Amino acid sequence: MDTSSLPVLTTQISIRKFDFYYGKYHALRNINLDVYSRKITSFIGPSGCGKSTLLRTLNRMYDLYPDQRAVGEILLDGRNILDRGVSVNELRAKVGMVFQKPTPFPMSIYENIAFGVRLHEQLSRVEMDDRVEWALRKAALWDEAKDKLQYSGMSLSGGQQQRLCIARGIAVKPEVLLLDEPTSALDPISTMRIEELLNELKEDFTIVIVTHNMQQAARVSDFTAYMYLGELIEFGITDEVFVKPKMKATEDYITGRFG
Amino acid sequence: MATKLSTWRKIKNRMALTLAFLAMSFGLFWLFWILFTTLDLGIASLSPKLFTQMTPPPGSEGGLLNAIVGSLLLVSLGTLLGTPIGILAGIYLAEYGKHTWLGRVTQFLNDILLSAPSIVIGLFVYAIYVAQAGHFSGYSGVIALAMLVIPVVIRATENMLLLVPNTMREAAFALGAPKWKVIAKVTLRASLAGILTGVLLAIARISGETAPLLFTALSNQFWTLNMNGPIANLPVTIFKFAMSPYKDWQQLAWSAVFLITMGVLALNIIARVIFRSSKHT
Repeated sequence: MDTSSLPVLTTQISIRKFDFYYGKYHALRNINLDVYSRKITSFIGPSGCGKSTLLRTLNRMYDLYPDQRAVGEILLDGRNILDRGVSVNELRAKVGMVFQKPTPFPMSIYENIAFGVRLHEQLSRVEMDDRVEWALRKAALWDEAKDKLQYSGMSLSGGQQQRLCIARGIAVKPEVLLLDEPTSALDPISTMRIEELLNELKEDFTIVIVTHNMQQAARVSDFTAYMYLGELIEFGITDEVFVKPKMKATEDYITGRFG
Repeated sequence: MATKLSTWRKIKNRMALTLAFLAMSFGLFWLFWILFTTLDLGIASLSPKLFTQMTPPPGSEGGLLNAIVGSLLLVSLGTLLGTPIGILAGIYLAEYGKHTWLGRVTQFLNDILLSAPSIVIGLFVYAIYVAQAGHFSGYSGVIALAMLVIPVVIRATENMLLLVPNTMREAAFALGAPKWKVIAKVTLRASLAGILTGVLLAIARISGETAPLLFTALSNQFWTLNMNGPIANLPVTIFKFAMSPYKDWQQLAWSAVFLITMGVLALNIIARVIFRSSKHT
């Protein structure tokens, strides 16, 4: 990949010789990939290719399920996050996640955001108010939500709920934000707003997004990884992957010949 | 051909509807008869004396105060004892023991307990408590009622927690929350209305239970708040008074039936309101 035209890149996460298993099923094979700091990296590929699986290893979400197993190295800040000694809760403070379906907690908008912050920091009332406002502004939800912070998070529309989930994720001040098909349950207008938002958020956060929507990957991401049947087929600068892919398989997929 | 088919379908639809309607009418008929009889005979004897005087000896005036207070004590203490145990066990089943051997066994035993005849529970408490202590008591009644509350609350808690979408759990874990906090602050909160409904239905169930009290709290003709001795309560009073040959006792039994029916009806309505309103938040 030609990176000479880009400003200096720092690696945030490096994935090395990584394999993943669901029970006996070998879901990811020998993945090697770098995620760059303050860039948007998208994982694309047909259903079942392992893109969500890979995303969910970056915050060790798979830990919740006893029969799932990861082998290899995922280095974050020079530390292998797959090591037994790593505190999963501290890791998740550094690596936030937003899911496909908006998942507001059954509490007020304010509490939805304060919940995560309280897990990791002890803030005074005033500091917490500031943090909540900061997160809502970052997630472009402040103007719509500022007069109803005490209302249930469930009272918001789908698109607003998803921005609330983004606000909740960034309120903890993570380094990395993972998004698992964050707009697939949303209408086109809400999708557009989230995409604009991601563009602003990448100034502060490293973003990894899994998407089914190739146009979305092309629109928002700086780097794209194309995966197929548990393997990383191609990884590079988004424009290059989409305009002149190196692999025939990538070209077939992005031109819609299959997938 | 097409019209023939659709006519046949229409006929089948009619028949199914008619059968369903008949079944519903059959059920409602008895329910309304019971309610009507209760109201008719209960209201006739409704007076302030019910709430101010004790159960009388045959042939003299009186009310149900001691039985009402006794029932309130037994039911509320039974609920207070059974609810936390039920909720904690329900949390275990839904959040921790779902795929474990112990979880499956507990679930199976709870299903049995849920459908156990209440007289069995009464006899059990009689054997392990009353017979050992050598006397009937309010405390043993509380234990028997709690044992009826527990399986209902376990089932309600477990079912409501399992209804919470797994994505919500994952979202809480993804923020770096430890498991107990995910349960206490997120999943339990999401299912609170359902659990509360379950508790109210459990209260409704035990407020009319006679069999478990017959072997435990027994009854008491007089006013007492001493839980370590026999204590008056509505169901056993109904049982005793209704079986008696005395007209005024029979009348009081109808009043007690009326009070319990209204109480249970009110609890059911409250439970429905709570459950429904929670869906709009």
